[in-house]
Formats: sequence, structure tokens, C-alpha cells
Amino acid sequence: MERRAIFGNRVLPYALVAPQLVITVLFFFWPAFQAVHQSVLLEDPFGLSSRFVWFENFEAVLGDEFYLNSLGVTALFSLSVAALSLGIALLLAVQANNVIRGSHTYRTLLIWPYAVAPAVAGVLWLFMFHPSIGLLGQGLRALGVDWNYLLDGPQALLLVILASAWKQISYNFIFFLAGLQSIPKSLIEAAAIDGASPRHRFWTVVFPLLSPTAFFLLVVNIVYAFFDTFGVIHAVTGGGPGKATEILVYKVYYDGMIALDLGGSAAQSVILMAIVIGLTVVQFRYVEKKVHY
Amino acid sequence: MVENRPIARLLAHLFLIIGVIVVAFPVYYTFVASTQDSRPIANGEVSLLPGERLIANYGVAIDVGVAKTSGQPVGRMLFNSLVVALLIAVGKIVISLLSAYAVVFFRFPLRLVFFWMIFITLMLPVEVRILPTYKVVSDLGMLDSFGGLTLPLIASATATLLFRQFFMTIPDELVEAAKIDGAGPLRFLRDMVIPLSTTNIAALFVILFIYGWNQYLWPLLVTTSGSMETVIIGIKRMIAGADARTEWGAVMATTMLAMLPPVAVVVLMQRWFVKGLVDSEK
Amino acid sequence: MRMRTLTIFLTTTVLASVAAGSLGQAQTSKPAIELQWWHAMTGANGDRVNKIADGFNATQSDYKVVTSFKGSYTETLTATIAAFRSGNAPHIAQVFEVGTATMMGAKGAIKPVYQLMADAGEPFDSKAYLPAITGYYSTADGKMLSMPFNSSTSVMYYNKDAFKKAGLDPDKPPKTWPEFFDAAKKIRAANAAPCGFTVGWMSWTQIEQFSAWHNVAIGTKSNGLGGADTELKFNGPLQIKHLQALIDAQKDRVFEYGGRERQPEGKFPNGECAMIQTSSGFLGEAIANSKFAFGVTMLPYYPDAAGAPQNSIIGGASLWVMGGKKPEEYKGVAKFFSYLSRTDVQVDTHTVTGYLPITVAAYKATKDSGFYEKNPGRETPILELQNKAPTENSMGLRFGNMVQLRDVFAEEIENALAGKQSAKEALDKAVTRGNAILRQFQKSSS
Repeated sequence: MERRAIFGNRVLPYALVAPQLVITVLFFFWPAFQAVHQSVLLEDPFGLSSRFVWFENFEAVLGDEFYLNSLGVTALFSLSVAALSLGIALLLAVQANNVIRGSHTYRTLLIWPYAVAPAVAGVLWLFMFHPSIGLLGQGLRALGVDWNYLLDGPQALLLVILASAWKQISYNFIFFLAGLQSIPKSLIEAAAIDGASPRHRFWTVVFPLLSPTAFFLLVVNIVYAFFDTFGVIHAVTGGGPGKATEILVYKVYYDGMIALDLGGSAAQSVILMAIVIGLTVVQFRYVEKKVHY
Repeated sequence: MVENRPIARLLAHLFLIIGVIVVAFPVYYTFVASTQDSRPIANGEVSLLPGERLIANYGVAIDVGVAKTSGQPVGRMLFNSLVVALLIAVGKIVISLLSAYAVVFFRFPLRLVFFWMIFITLMLPVEVRILPTYKVVSDLGMLDSFGGLTLPLIASATATLLFRQFFMTIPDELVEAAKIDGAGPLRFLRDMVIPLSTTNIAALFVILFIYGWNQYLWPLLVTTSGSMETVIIGIKRMIAGADARTEWGAVMATTMLAMLPPVAVVVLMQRWFVKGLVDSEK
Repeated sequence: MRMRTLTIFLTTTVLASVAAGSLGQAQTSKPAIELQWWHAMTGANGDRVNKIADGFNATQSDYKVVTSFKGSYTETLTATIAAFRSGNAPHIAQVFEVGTATMMGAKGAIKPVYQLMADAGEPFDSKAYLPAITGYYSTADGKMLSMPFNSSTSVMYYNKDAFKKAGLDPDKPPKTWPEFFDAAKKIRAANAAPCGFTVGWMSWTQIEQFSAWHNVAIGTKSNGLGGADTELKFNGPLQIKHLQALIDAQKDRVFEYGGRERQPEGKFPNGECAMIQTSSGFLGEAIANSKFAFGVTMLPYYPDAAGAPQNSIIGGASLWVMGGKKPEEYKGVAKFFSYLSRTDVQVDTHTVTGYLPITVAAYKATKDSGFYEKNPGRETPILELQNKAPTENSMGLRFGNMVQLRDVFAEEIENALAGKQSAKEALDKAVTRGNAILRQFQKSSS
């Protein structure tokens, strides 16, 4: 839809968009261009020598078994974080929607982890599950579980998934609760009159109406798990043990800043850009079609 | 009303209470640890009841910091975080409001080009172009400055899109009326559009404040001097400092301090925040 | 209009503050030339850095050394590289030993110390420094490239109380690996501690130090000291046997892995692990936090390995001088290095921090003062370093991208300890992957 009533002024609109445009060009287009440029160069860390190598960096990255491992870890990690936090949030939201009094209080008590930084969430969970000083870490050991996330890959992955999912519950909860509250009561009553059990009503009436929200949240959660969880990984496992928790964005950071392989890191950035653009396109197409309320 | 089922309702409460406890436990645990002596913590003897070192630990954290490990008092780091979060929130709201206003209320050559240039930034979070962005900031001589810490994070389209969407709903009649009264575009912006947008601005403020406060990877890269460090980076540094032992009591106190401001913002501005979140994604 | 007033107000304030700033600078600026020193030291060691700078600044008024803390070793190196790329490098950067090859490879980015001293006409004799230390930071023909600063080596700490509880003699720590494993097993059998032993800096202590101490090669070309075309070869039978022994010792927590870097060090002072092999720089912390009596002794060795024990190698960091600065600034840096090497400064630093003295004279002076008799354990690292004349396997090591290599070694060892692969597979893979990284380094820096 286009607006009919507009202002006429030749200079003002340019002045108004200028600040954002300048920042976008400086800090978005220029770096994005540089990433592409760097990805075809072979350069020493100090920038003393630099050579154009075509697609060698991409070949190296895509042929690297650890890059493929990282892709796998990222997929498993993101899906687990999304599934866990969506599941718990949905459960809580449904319950909060059921209670007549206190749903507002519960919301207040449940939403604040949204404000906790991922890195801090990582520290909290690390502290609880630390094998020698954490309460739950020691507890697991007392129960005879060989708990040592410093050595056990699956345990380390589980820990970062828990920490990342924990932080995301509140965000999902807010959306699910809003979604549930916007479902007309009459629809549910009609189903109840037809004799559907509460469980049946949930899956046949409520859930389908929630699915656009759920799909939207799935994409948001995956993007969150892709990027925002860097802090969790960096603070808790540093990508280890082995490479059990090395997600893509951590690898970009590690290869570029620690291993000083600038070309390889830039090539990974470019690949990551492609993945995110793909995800966004999928999301938008879906949103266009289905979520037009 | 569907059926009245007190037992189901009781169960719902029970579920929610368990949920609240599970969600809150990590923070409670951190809080009790922050009131205890570092040595028992390091030996794995954390009591689940608060200790008596509350004032001591927080005092140490705020003034001396864990200067031993990070070199900076937490007071300074909290200040940096606050400045960064405010600059990002305010900066992004201002530039987005202006550019969205231009895109919606004017027709000018290149309007759509500009809009798409801004829109495309939505697709690429700063993390994927992190190293080149670092290089640009370094070339501009903005490492270790608030400008370097915030400007690259302001370059994104979310707020612009939200404002654009909202501005589209302002009735044409309002614009016509303003024009008849002889109000120019700037006056219309100031007297009509901004007052109408207060809820959106407040909601965005909460979201962006938290976004800014919680930044991690970016400040980690651009701050090389301790005096520019934000509190989130400081915590990590305290845990893995090069050669000194971890002062868990003070680290946990710092962690609590780092959580407090954003949590307070979310809880106090809950109404706008929830509305803003849900609206911005519609 | 309100907007305009605001703009005017802002502009004036900004202008006023800029003016005030430059005025303030004009008043306080001194003729002294400022020399930037970036470092990674925290705590008491960080205080030491400042004390040395203040000491130097007090001896003369032409130069002023300004220190700044830049985070961990890795972060300091990254910050230095980034600053060099944007033309803002410090004069002096503290770089940890594994960054040595990276710095050396960057000709043009650095100014070698021997050249710096010669250009500045500063008296300098590389023989005055402990060869076990300078060997690590010199070219093959003995020219010193960077100034050693804080050096340490790996030693073993053991809990005497736990030894007593397990019926072991606290004054006779194990000398060989078989005795060592045996002691750890007895400690576990008697439940004298929840864990027998752990190791800090896994790759450094169990591959690098271990190989040097047993006089077996880590890589060809004198562990890389002889050229960048070196190849790793630490997957020999002795190293495999040792890793396998560590894997086996995990049963019943005789050995417990606690992380790649210094994290495992926490397990010693709290009494969890009865023994630990880690940096000699850990001593201060062990003294401060242990509630029990403990001893410091030399690393164990396999008696069937020919020539063992050989000598250990150093860790820690050195000071690199960055390129592209003015001659008068270099003169100041040279003077600062002379001050740093002074016997009194060195003795002071050594006795306070636990790092090693870098000059022969400082070591002698400390010894003569009776310090080592009063502080048993403080001489252990020096005795280890000088145990025998270094061979090509124990002079030091120099591999490009060593930070990354260490992570690769640690990853493969972790996978072996977790039971995912055998000791041989782990070391073979670590060598193969490591060699690929070395070739990449060679390619990008040539």
C-alpha cells in the first residue's frame, strides 16, 4: 500500500536518510565487500604480503573435515536449542493461559532471563555444572555419572544447549502467550461443545492457529543459536573438547582472530552470509504466504 | 467459559511454579555464591543459603574490581556498558525514525534504492562480517572508542522497518490537515509523528538497550584497552585471567551486577517491551 | 527553534572540550619520549610490570615507558598485530613463547633486539643471558631477536599430606614415570585424595616438555629452530606409550584431565588432585591457596629412554620491539632493555614473581644470597633447564601458528582421553594436521 498524502521537498528527505545511509555504507557494505575481497586473498597476519588466489580459500574451507564437522555441530546445536526452548516455552505458555489469576505475575517471573547476556548465561551454567566446584556437577558425580564436560563432547554440547535454551525460553514464552491470548474463546468453546477433550482441542484447534507463531519462532531461534550463542560457547567450552562444540560463528572467530588465517575466515564469513540470506528468504516467503493476520 | 476444572488449574499453577523455579535457580545459585568467600567456592563448598560477605564482595567488585585479573574496577565497566547500551538504543532509534520518516512521507528519486540498501542489512548480523568490520573500524582509527563500539551495531534495519510499518498506519487525513494548517514536514514530525510513536519508541528502547548491553563478540574484538571494556567481557576475563586465581565470590558478584540493569529495564518496562516485541515481528 | 539551539549548544560544548583538552595537553606535555609497552600480566605480575616501568622512568628523564594491559597472551598478540596493520603498533609488545615464530616470520614488522642494541650503541652481550632461555628467542646463529621477560618451565607439585595418608614418603617424591603412576595409584587406593594427578597446559607439558626431557624430537630441523620447512614428528613410540599410559590412568581417577590451559591448576590447592605438573609460575598461587604442605620437584622420566632426563624447555613470554619507529625511540627502548637486564632488577623480579632470572649474573647473585636454601623449590626450574647441555631436541621449538597447533594437539589428545581413538591415532592425526598448518603458515608468510 502506498501513501497518497506526502510532503514535497527536494533536499530534506536526503538529509533525513543520510545518517542511516552513511552508517550502513561504512559499516555494512564496505565490510561485506571487504569480506568477499579478503576471501580470495592469501595474506600473512601482519599484512606484509598478499596474494590473489582465486577460490583456494573456499576450496580449503569446504574440503576441511572440521568445517563439515562444524556444520554438523551447528545444525544439531541449533535444532536442539530451538526444540528445547520452544517446547518448554509452549508448555509454560499454555499453563499460563489456563490459569485465571496470576498469569501476569508468572509472565513477570518468566520473562526476565531475556535480559541476561548469553555469555553470562554460559557462566551461570558453567558454575552450576562445573565438575569440581558446581553443585549439580558434584551432584552428578556423587550419583555415579562420569560428569566431565571438559573431556566428554556430548556432555559439553548438552551444557551449552541447556544454557542457550534457558535464555531463550522467555522470548518464546512471550510470543506463545500473546498468540494464545489472541485465539478467540468462542472457537475453543465451540470445540468443547462438540465434545473434544482438552488435549484434543489443543492439537486440533489451538496448535494450528499457533503454528505461524511457532514457525516464526523456529527461524528466530535458529538464527539466535547460529549467532548470539557465541558468548555461551566462548565462555563455557571454547569450542572443545575436541571440536565437539565448535559452531560456525565460533570457527569464523577462531580461524580469523586466533589462528590468524584471514582468507579462510573471510571465506567462511561469505558462506555464512549465503546461509543466512537463504534462511531469511525462506522465512519471508513463508511469512508472506501464511502469517498475514 | 469452557469447563471448570479446579484440578487442571492447580496442575497448571504447579507447572508454572516449577518452571519459575527452574528458570530462576541458576541466578539464585549465583546470588548465594556472590555472598560467600571465594575459597570455599573454589573448593566446591557453596552453601545454598546466602553467606555474610554480601557487602564485602560487592564492594570489592565495584571499586577495586577484580583488578587482579582484569585490571578494571567493575564500576568503570558498568559505566562503559551503560554508555554503549544507551548510545546504541538512542542512536538506532534516531537514525531509524528519520530515515523511515523520509521513506514514508516523501517521494524522491532513489527512494526505493535507499530503502532496499537499508533493508538488506536485516539479513546479515554483524557476526558474519565481523573481521572485515573490525578492519574497517581499525582503519578509521576507532578501536577502543565508544564510536567503534557502537556505530557498527547501529547499522541494521529492524528499527527502520518497525517505524515504517507504523508510519504507514498514520491516516492520510492527518497529513492533509497538517498541510492545510501550513505545518512543514519537520513540524509534523515533531508535533504529530513522534508523540504518536511513543509506545513504539519505548518498546524499541527496551529491546535495543538489552541488545547493546549484552553485546559480547564485538566488544571483545574492538576493545584492547581495559578502560573501554564492558562488563560482559570483564566477567569472562575474570574467569580465565592469565596468571591469577579465580576470585569466584567477586566474579559472581560482578555477574549479578552485570545482570541487574538489563533485567530491571525489562521488568520495569514490561508493558512496552512485550507489546514492542510482539508488534515488531508482525 | 529548539533543535537549532540544541545543535549550537552541542557544537559549543564539543569545541570547548576539544580546546580544553588540547590546552591541558600543552600544559602537561613533557619533553620525555613516550614508549608504549603492551603486556598480558595480571595480578602481582601486572604490578611487577608497572614497578619495572616506574623504576626505569625514575632513573632518567628522557624517556617514559607507559604500560598497558591488553588481555590474555593471545589477545595481546592479536591486538599487536591489528595495531601494526593500522599503523599504531606499540614500541614493545609482550608475546608468549608460542608466538615466537609468528613474530620472527614478520620481517619488517619487528626490530631484532641485537640490531636494536647495536644501532643504539648500547653495550650488549648476549652471553650474559642464560642460554637455556635465550636459545628460544635467537636465530640459529645465536642472534637474539627478542628480549626474554618472564620465563618459566614445567615442574611437578605434590601434596605431602596426601603422600603421608597414602603411606608414601613425603620427602621422596617419585623420580620416574613408573614410580609416579605408582604413587598416584596408591593415593587413589588409600583414597588420600579424590584424584591422583592432573596436568596443566596439556600440550606444553605432555608433548613439548615431555619430548625435550626425554631427548626425542618434536619436529625436524631442531624442532623448527633451523627453518620454517620443519615437520612435526612427535608421534614416536615413546610419546605414544606415554599418552597410552595417561589414557589408562584415567581409570579410578588416578589421572584426571581438567582442561587445556591453566584451568586444572585449581584442582591442586583445593586438595582434589594430589599431584600436578604445570608451570613453575604456578608456585605463588599454590603457596597462597593450599591448606596443606606441598613439595616442588623435577619432572618424572622413563628410565628406559636413553639419555633421559635431558633438560626441560622454557615457557613464558618475551618482549618484541616493533618496526617502523623513530631512531630516538629505539634508543630509549635499548636503554630500557639495559635497565631490565640489570642484576638488581632481575634478582628482585625473580625472587618476587617466581619467574626465572634471565641473566647468569642474576642467577649467581640469587644463589649467593642463600635464597634457594630458604625457599626450596625455587631453584628446581633452573636446575631442570640446565640439567644437561641442550641437544637439538631440547633447545626449544619454533613452529608457525603455534597457538593453533597447541589447540590441535589438545583436541586430538582430548579425543583419545575420551576413548574415541587410540594414543597412536591421536598423535598421528595431531602430526598430520599440524604439518598441514605448518605448510599453510609457510605459504602465507613467504
